[in-house]
Amino acid sequence: MLVAILFWAFATVLVGAAVGVILARNPVHSVLFLVLCFFNAAVLWLLIQAEFLAIVLVLVYVGAVMVLFLFVVMMLDINIEELREGFARNAPLGALIALIVVVELAYVLWVRRLGMELPGAASPASAGASNTAEIGAVLYTQYAYPFQLAAVVLLIAIVAAITLTMRRRAGLKVQDIAGQVAVKAADRVRLVSMPPEREP
Amino acid sequence: MIGLPHYLLLAGVLFAIAVAGIFINRKNVILLLMCIELMLLAVNFNFVAFSRFLGNLDGQVFVFFILTVAAAEAAIGLAILVVLFRQRRSINVEELDAMKG
Repeated sequence: MLVAILFWAFATVLVGAAVGVILARNPVHSVLFLVLCFFNAAVLWLLIQAEFLAIVLVLVYVGAVMVLFLFVVMMLDINIEELREGFARNAPLGALIALIVVVELAYVLWVRRLGMELPGAASPASAGASNTAEIGAVLYTQYAYPFQLAAVVLLIAIVAAITLTMRRRAGLKVQDIAGQVAVKAADRVRLVSMPPEREP
Repeated sequence: MIGLPHYLLLAGVLFAIAVAGIFINRKNVILLLMCIELMLLAVNFNFVAFSRFLGNLDGQVFVFFILTVAAAEAAIGLAILVVLFRQRRSINVEELDAMKG
């Protein structure tokens, strides 16, 4: 019963925050609504005992990705009014598409069921079981190679993001380290032989 | 009792909101990226719910990988966005017609 109350409470906030994301006038508010979405999703994942992913969602997604979004939104000087035009014209179409998607999904889930008996309630995990340990046991054995590939994907993302956004400004004074190291005494001091001056 | 259908319908509603968001905010690239994040969240919801209610841990491992790829996608997407804004001083989708698409 408590689980049901928690589910409905957080699901309501989740849907409300998602609507806020797409309707907010200011992109900064959209990002903050999205953060609220992720927090509620994390709580809902905790309710079905996916503790590891719930924590990862908060730490990685809210802590890193959403902060990145927030940085970019605040850094760019966006003309909101120009981007908002056409908002009211597209809204009915968007709402219609969303309604169709929801109705279809509800129809499949509750009416048709595709001849499949959906499990109503999962058996609760035993008290000593650790979700993190179980995921680790699968991730580092059965999914070891995909795990390495995920690391490569992240590396590529780092390199791509840095190379895309790095720029060299013209006229910027920078040190030429290699030139400084390779310099010789002869390059620095020039000995000039001059005839001594005489008394007139 | 909260079962699998509740979670699936919640994920479906979330996905539908994200689709509507893409239709509504057609001009703002940042909001389009955020709607994609919402869609990924909805898909992850399905994976986690199925993993829990079918008693199979593979779904949660899959969500782990989706989170990885989504983080990479967000980083590169935002980098492209920053470069784009530097060049065009605008993130309006309708002005991005350099490739005549």
